[in-house]
Formats: sequence, structure tokens, C-alpha cells
Amino acid sequence: MPQFAGGGRGIGRTTVEVVLALLFMAVGGLAVREGLRLGNGWDFDGPEAGYFPFWVGILLILASLAALLEAVRRRGEDRLFVSWPRLVLVFRVLGPAIVYGATIFLVGIYAASAGLVLWFMRGIGGFPLRQAVPVAATLVAVTFLVFEIWFLVPLPKGPVEHALGF
Amino acid sequence: MSELFALFHGFSIALDPTNLALMVAGIVLGVLIGVLPGLGGANGVAILLPLTFTLEPVSAIILLSCIYWGALFGGAITSVLFNIPGEPWSVATTFDGYPMAQNGRAAEALTAAFTSSFIGAFVAILVITFVSPLVAGFALRFGPAEFFAVMFLAFASFIGLSSGSPFKTMASMMVGFLLAGVGLDTVTGELRGTFGSTELMRGFNFLVVVIGLFGISEILQSVEEGLTFRGREGRIDLKAVLRTWAEMIRHKAIIVRSALIGCWMGITPAGATPASFMSYGVARRLSRHGQEFGKGRIEGVIAPETAAHAAGTSALLPMLTLGIPGSPTAAVLLGGLVMWGLQPGPMLFVEQKDFVWGLIASMYLGNVVGLLIVLVAVPWFAAILRVPFPVIAAIILVVCAIGAYTVNNAAFDIVLMLIFGVLGYVMKKLDYPLAPLVLALVLGDRTEQSFRQALLLSEGSFAIFVSNGLVASIMALGLVMLFWPLLAALRRRKEAGAG
Repeated sequence: MPQFAGGGRGIGRTTVEVVLALLFMAVGGLAVREGLRLGNGWDFDGPEAGYFPFWVGILLILASLAALLEAVRRRGEDRLFVSWPRLVLVFRVLGPAIVYGATIFLVGIYAASAGLVLWFMRGIGGFPLRQAVPVAATLVAVTFLVFEIWFLVPLPKGPVEHALGF
Repeated sequence: MSELFALFHGFSIALDPTNLALMVAGIVLGVLIGVLPGLGGANGVAILLPLTFTLEPVSAIILLSCIYWGALFGGAITSVLFNIPGEPWSVATTFDGYPMAQNGRAAEALTAAFTSSFIGAFVAILVITFVSPLVAGFALRFGPAEFFAVMFLAFASFIGLSSGSPFKTMASMMVGFLLAGVGLDTVTGELRGTFGSTELMRGFNFLVVVIGLFGISEILQSVEEGLTFRGREGRIDLKAVLRTWAEMIRHKAIIVRSALIGCWMGITPAGATPASFMSYGVARRLSRHGQEFGKGRIEGVIAPETAAHAAGTSALLPMLTLGIPGSPTAAVLLGGLVMWGLQPGPMLFVEQKDFVWGLIASMYLGNVVGLLIVLVAVPWFAAILRVPFPVIAAIILVVCAIGAYTVNNAAFDIVLMLIFGVLGYVMKKLDYPLAPLVLALVLGDRTEQSFRQALLLSEGSFAIFVSNGLVASIMALGLVMLFWPLLAALRRRKEAGAG
């Protein structure tokens, strides 16, 4: 594991720079392919649908390539992108957020949101349930009133709400 | 003079009780959004946009633009009291604002920040009032080629004025253009970039992207930077206000200069953040007390706040007159105009006089109301950050998810929001600017359309982009901006060689 200027262990900046630039180049490549499929020439109603994506894709590839070369040239002064302990912190929030996104499909946004607040307060903040439950309940109640009742914007619901007749 | 009559008519619209109430509500919500990490001007407005469909367009824009003013004010509170910039444009305010608070001068720092914000915004509104009708009148003569040239200039300016790597600015912009192109092509009716996915047929909605890029990524960043907020007390009494105002009069040159820097950076889409840094830098270089900057000089608060607010406000000028927003938040407001069924651009000044002048009048009133609210209510807003982070983070995540869902009533958009959140987190940490991506995403379709229309008119000849003096000079200016980093690098190399 390399050591970075400023100390600490983790993922280096150069690594992430290269990965992101390669990702952008891949996206650019997809755009170029799509542009060629749609046609990037001239049609009776002007430039074809693929003209813009084709050239924007080319520019994206060139710009990312330049950014990649810049990063590689400066790899000697590599700095820490994120240290391991901090990455763990990020995932303690990002992980539940991803689970939250997935559970919305299953149980609707209200139950999932209550679960997210409980998890954050109990699991990350270390609050007792007698504090976490009222916060979660208030959030759900306020959201329901604002969206379903006042602004008439329906939000995704699950079995719990259906059982209650909504 | 006709501007003044139109403005008075605008005041009669803005002073309508409903609109006044929305104005106050917007400012309070905006300050709240500005104070909370993870909710900024752009995604705060994006989240609330779907709730405005039931309102009149002029009431809706008053509500949303007041949220924007509130967010501009709110960013300063956390910078001074907590050393946490609530918004990127208030980073420069922390340099001297937080040391002032530590020296027991928090009230003065806050008063200076709010008052300079107010003055910056006021100058910008004057510019909007008197310059935008001229720009709009001029722009009425624009054809597709001229519009493409103006877009080209706007995007080239991003590259020319970027503080970091121009290649990263360009890559970010091109990603925005590609995202804008996904979905149904309005000219030929073909599907582009959907790769057989029905979810992607709708295209990427910029509101979802903004909420992810600015909201989710900021929560991830705040988590990484530690979860505790430790702040100073901030209570402002009248004596401190008067004392600070008396001191500010001595720095009027800085105020004027910063306001002008701000207006310029706001109209050319460089935005509030670079404006605040540039203005801080200029103030430090020109001051006799340059060495003492960063230790709690009041000028170090006045300069960035004036410029940031002037830039944030004047960013609405190109949005109203040309349909080209000067900042991500202005881009979101522009998206709002389209959703309310208004065509952004010069015709607004002809066809929607009530809307335009009601909005401009509400800017004057909104900033006065905003100044009063923040001066009085600072302690309450600051108290919000004493709510533990896990609670705030969970609530903000839920608010962002609801905001992303309500745009299209699609749960898939919540997944997209999370993906863009991670992308935004990585891009921010690697100094890829996010504003060009958002602007390209919002303007991509219209840029492409004006490009295609222009070429259709000229039957495929690129000569149409230099066919008359107007379009040729805009294109030339754009090219200069585009190659500015290259020219600057060459000059540096030459100087280094000579020296």
C-alpha cells in the first residue's frame, strides 16, 4: 500500500482520476457508436439525429484523455482521495441510502423513510428508540399531509398504506 | 422611462397579499435550505418545483426566486458561525468571517455579510431592470445562428474562465450534452441513447440530476468531513448593526468593485463561487492590510459576499432575456419556466410583461424582506445546526428522494439520483466543475436545435456562423474564450523563458 503526501492510507487521487476518465471515455465511445448508428451525415431535414451525439462523444473522449494524461503526469505528487476510515464513514451513510432506494419499490416511500430515520438515529447516532420513533413518525405524518392532502401529489405506497385504504 | 412604469406595474403585482406571503415563506425556506448541508439553492428549488404547478407562474417564480435569495443569505450564517460554508459561494466568507466570530465579533461579521449581500443584489437588480429590456430588444432580432453563437459563447466562457483544468470543464460539459440528448429526438422522432430501456425514453430530467449531483453528493461529503457542528453564538443587536454600517461606509470602494465583479461574473456564466473568490483576492491584493486578511478583517467578509450575491442575482439576466441561465439555480428556474408553459427568451418581455416585471419587482422587495428576516432571526437559524447530524442527514435524504420522485412520478428516478450523487461526490473531489454539466443538460436540446436549424437554413454550410457582423463577432469572442487557457499558458511560458 503506497504512502501519500500528508500521510494516511487509502485510495489515491490518481487512481480515481484514471478510473473516472476511463469511464467518461467509455461513455463517449457509446455516444460515438450511437451517433454512427443514427447517422452522422446530412439528411434532407438538416444534420442527422446522430450528428450531435457523434461529435460530442468525440470531444468527451478527447477531453477525458487530456485529463487522464494530466493526472498520470502528476502521479509523483499523488495525494489521498479518501482514507479507509473515512470511506467506511461514507458507506455507513451511502449503504443505507441504497437500501432505502431499493425498499421504496417494495414498501412505498413512507415506510422506507421511517425505516431510514430509525436506522440513522439508532445505528449511526446511537439514539434510544423512544427518541427515534417520534422523529420518524413526525416526518412521515408531515410528508403525508403536505403531499397527499395539501398539494395532492401522490407518492409511492406499499402494502401498509393499501391496508389502511389509500 | 418605460422601464420605470413597467416596474411600478410590477410592484402592484408583487405587493399582492398572496405573493407577499409566498415571498416571506420563500425567504425563510431559502435561508433554511442555505443553512442545511446537502440542500442548496439549486436542488432546493429543484425539489420544490413540482409543488408549484398549482400556482400562477408569477407567484411560482416569486416563491422559487425568493428561495434562491434566502439560500444566498443563509450560506453566510454557517460560514461565519460554524466555519462550514452552507453553499460553495460562501467558502470565501469563512476566511475572515469565522476568525471574526472567534474574536467575539460574530454580530459584526454577520451584519457585514448580510448588508453586503443586500447591496450586491441591489446593484445587480438595478442592472437587470435597466439593461435586460435592451438585451431582450436586441435579441429579438436573433435567428438560429445567432442563438447558437450565444450558446457557444456561454459554454466557451466556462472553459475560458475555469479556475481548474479546462479539460475537466470540457469533459463535464460534454457529459451534460450527452445526457441532454438521451430520449426522443424532437426533429426526427428517433430514439437516441436509450439502448432499449423504456425508463431512459423519458431522457434524463435535469431536476433529478441536480438533486443527485448537488444534494446527495454534499451529504456524502459532509459525512466524510466529520459529523459534528461546533459553532459560535450569533445574536445581532441594533448597536452592532449601526456600528458595522458605519464601518462599511469606509469600505465603499471595495463594495462597488465587488458588486461590479459579481455582475460581470454572473452575466457571463462563471457564477457566484468564482466571483466570490475573485473579489476576495482582488480586495486582498489592493488592500494596505493585505497581510491581515484571513485573521478577521471585515473587508474579507464584505468583498466575497457582495460579489456572490451580485453574481447570483445577475445570473437571472441572461436567463430572462436570452433563455441562457448564468448559474445552476438559474438553470433550474429556467426549467420551471418551461414547465409552467412559458417560452424563455426575449419574447417574455413582449408577451409576458406581468411575469417579467412582477419578478423584477419581487427581487427588490424580496431582498429587503430577506435582509430584515436574517438580521432578526439569525439565532434561530443557527440553532438548526445543533440538531444532531444523523437526524438532519436522514431527513435530507428523504426530502431529496421525494423531490426526485415527484418530477416524473417515477421510482426509477430515485435510483438515478443516487447514481448521480456518487458521481457528483467523486467529480467534486477531483475538481470537475458541476455547473457546466447542469447548464449543458438544460440547454443541450436548444443548442442542438439552433445548430441544426441554422445549418438547415444555410443548406449545410458552416459559413452561416460568420455570415453577418453580429454572429461573426459573437463566434469570434467565443473562440477567444475557448482558447483563453491555451493563450494564457503560452504567455506564461514566454515570460518564464524571458525571465
